[in-house]
Amino acid sequence: MIPGPFTYHRPGSVADAVKLLADFGDAARPLAGGHSLVPMMKLRLATPDHLVDLHDIADLKGIERQGGRIVIGAMTTQHDLLASQEIASSLPILHEAALQIADPQVRYRGTLGGNVANGDPGNDMPALMMTLGADYELQGPDGIRTIAARDFYQGAYFTALEPGEILTSVSVPVPPAGHGHAYEKLKRKVGDYATAAAAVVLTMDGGKVASCSIGLTNLSETPLLAEDAAQAVIGTSLDEAALKKAADAARAIMEPAGDGRGPAEYRTYVGGVMVVRALKRAAARVA
Amino acid sequence: MAQAKKTQVSMKVNGVEVEGLVEPRTLLVHFIRENLQLTGTHIGCETTHCGACTVDMDGMSVKSCTVFAVQADGAEITTIEGMASPDGTLSALQEGFRMMHGLQCGFCTPGMIVRAHRLLQENPDPTEEEIRLGISGNLCRCTGYQNIVKAIRYAAAKINGTEFKEAAE
Repeated sequence: MIPGPFTYHRPGSVADAVKLLADFGDAARPLAGGHSLVPMMKLRLATPDHLVDLHDIADLKGIERQGGRIVIGAMTTQHDLLASQEIASSLPILHEAALQIADPQVRYRGTLGGNVANGDPGNDMPALMMTLGADYELQGPDGIRTIAARDFYQGAYFTALEPGEILTSVSVPVPPAGHGHAYEKLKRKVGDYATAAAAVVLTMDGGKVASCSIGLTNLSETPLLAEDAAQAVIGTSLDEAALKKAADAARAIMEPAGDGRGPAEYRTYVGGVMVVRALKRAAARVA
Repeated sequence: MAQAKKTQVSMKVNGVEVEGLVEPRTLLVHFIRENLQLTGTHIGCETTHCGACTVDMDGMSVKSCTVFAVQADGAEITTIEGMASPDGTLSALQEGFRMMHGLQCGFCTPGMIVRAHRLLQENPDPTEEEIRLGISGNLCRCTGYQNIVKAIRYAAAKINGTEFKEAAE
């Protein structure tokens, strides 16, 4: 399988990349890790005339603590996330999720920015970013703007990115010390997208849930923030009744496609199971 | 659109400086196999799943069917042909695969060995579970992985100068 012909660009700055993307419009695509785009090009499902490779832009790499937030450059790879002590201690849910993305070879190449900007409902990081309340920084011909992850996803492969814009970094507020977290992902095999997955970040106070947010992966055209499900457990000790209420509330917003991973009914059912498991595991981790 | 212009690329492959003229769409695996005639790197699934095309690029295992040759310009690449010593002495991993029957048909073996090479660089004494996770991007349809895991444990023991115990702990 050989991709269609294209012209290759390797700009050294975000400004140059934005200019190329703006000049070529729909004929150009930015290239990050390439592990979604290149397979699509080999299948000729994507046939860009211009590829703008972002690998030479040093500003797009790195993990930096800025006050109460962790700012991660878009070209930071899943492997970089796994190797980072800062991520392991401040955002352990990202470490846990990155380990469940694809396989070692893909994680050396696959980037956080590509994962969150692609708009593929199967990608794991978008639901995590919604759960954590992260912001995305976008740079385009008209300058820089910030958008909440929770406002970014509009449909399958359809996001708030405007033509010529690239996502340059992700800024994640650090959850309180001692928070509980879990990413529960059901998949058929290594490297597969989730049949259903749930992310939970919560805090407890006196044996009761003080705060909670829940995100869902691959259970609709976009990642989902399960606000009613989270609300259902706040103030409870995560007893069976509260867990059931949360699972039911989460299932009520799921609209998975029926595919090789199972019919929609099955995926909705196990989606609720993932929510319950993630809640229990997150609570068990509260320090 | 018109035929894309060819680009000059140069890289170091198995310690040797090489160069070639490629179309931007040329995949690294095609450059390695066709331009350099290093056919030890295999093309399996072509969809980034099987890992048969794994090569080492700047200290990372990559699936060379999903990287363009132009992206490897200036890189240091190691393929299966670069694993043995110049005098032909097998590397510890190659010896391990031979001694432990780590292959049957052999199709996945180049990718497995190149991947295991990087795994042992990063984690010189991996547990069985770490080995299995470490090679989870490489598919083998013959062995059931048992002997591949054994072969990698054999190599780790040999490199570390420790005793290799056949049964996993």
